[in-house]
Amino acid sequence: MNISYMYSLVAVIVLFLVAYVGVMLPGGEVFFGIIIPYLALVIFILGFINRIIDWARSPVPFRIPTTCGQEKSLPWIKPNSIDNPTTIGGVIIRMFLEIVFFRSLFRNTKMALKEGDKLSYEWEKWLWLFSLAFHWTFFVVLFRHLRFFSEPVPALVELVAKLDGFLQIGLPELRISGVVLLAALIFLFLRRIYIPQMRYISLASDYFPLFLIIGIAFTGILMRYFTKVDIVGVKEFTMSLATFKPHITEGIGSIFYVHLFFVSVLLAYFPFSKLMHLGGIFMSPTRNMVNNNRFKRHINPWNYPVKVHTYEAYEDEFREKMVEAGLRVDKPLAAKPPEEPEEKE
Amino acid sequence: MPNKKKIYDKGAVLVGLCIFVIVITFPFWFNFGNAAPAPEPKISDKAKAAKECVMPKEYMKMEHMQLLNEWRDTVVRDAKRIFVSSSGKEFNMSLTNTCLDCHVEKAEFCDKCHNYASVTPYCWECHIDPKETK
Repeated sequence: MNISYMYSLVAVIVLFLVAYVGVMLPGGEVFFGIIIPYLALVIFILGFINRIIDWARSPVPFRIPTTCGQEKSLPWIKPNSIDNPTTIGGVIIRMFLEIVFFRSLFRNTKMALKEGDKLSYEWEKWLWLFSLAFHWTFFVVLFRHLRFFSEPVPALVELVAKLDGFLQIGLPELRISGVVLLAALIFLFLRRIYIPQMRYISLASDYFPLFLIIGIAFTGILMRYFTKVDIVGVKEFTMSLATFKPHITEGIGSIFYVHLFFVSVLLAYFPFSKLMHLGGIFMSPTRNMVNNNRFKRHINPWNYPVKVHTYEAYEDEFREKMVEAGLRVDKPLAAKPPEEPEEKE
Repeated sequence: MPNKKKIYDKGAVLVGLCIFVIVITFPFWFNFGNAAPAPEPKISDKAKAAKECVMPKEYMKMEHMQLLNEWRDTVVRDAKRIFVSSSGKEFNMSLTNTCLDCHVEKAEFCDKCHNYASVTPYCWECHIDPKETK
């Protein structure tokens, strides 16, 4: 139990109480249901754009060939065109696999001392597996929520929901993504708690998003399977937000507003946090650049014209003194008007 | 640092940001100019006459699916068919014979909200509404 973890946990509990109690106050539903979500969305979009533009202003002068494959070189050496791409197409494939399947995380290894002092690098796939599970299920959950924000609901959303509930456990049908999401989040949290090195480097900003998303998943699951919510009323409300005619539907209940408030906080917090890796991954210089250093010249974008003092100019300036000191010069003193008067004397 | 103002790979960055904004604002442009009012399930005359469902309206609105699931399990596994409601009345636990007896038109009652909330319960894979034509 350390301080970073406690701060984040307390923060999320306070957020829960703020929304839970706040919504019961007069005007609370309008505040937490309409003002906060719109505000959070505006902060999210503008903050996201601002952050990306800020990053785009940082020059990346050279290709950074951190690759895992053979570079294209001599014709009889087989190049690895995805891990070490020399074409835009190869880069697109590498980026796609990175974003969708987290390939660089798949190469994760664990360093440990074995049998006393033998250093070993071990296979470590759990982080990859659970983060893949987390990101994908979070995406599926988000995508399924489009049923509250579209009328008529697109067929693809219905198909995803159907596949997600294909186990047909209970009614309302158990959605696999919700369960996996919560399980993966708990794994990612326990990983930070139980591995000493992870605990040491984990900050409040690592725990806070975890707790917040756990809170979102928890309140969502609570509403769907346990406390129940008037789903038609909820959709009436969310559709009113989507069509810019916001109005509150009565009797939705506090847990829904807590859920909505958590999501709003996540959106507003997003551009200022490590969660910006959503946009940042597209800008990873080690993944998104064609490795063509060997056949294309890349000029440092912050080069400015440097005032150079060539040897010729230097000799022109000091030739006289150099000759005097007996140093060799490239061009001998042509005319010697200054020396002649000396000889006369 | 000089050139702080310059945006590198401007084209690609702006295209990416445009895609981001278009995706994130999906609910707004998808539903633009679409009022999409909440549906009003039609209560049949018989249901109106009965005044009360097997449980209070608020409960039925939110938890009918759970109740039906329990009914199914009780009937199929324990062969018990009698349900005693909160007001003490007895009902036959049957979707086709009890629920659909009052709520005659599935399309006007069940489907209204189910379609709106994009719910496709698999009840109807066995309990076929004979009046429904596909």
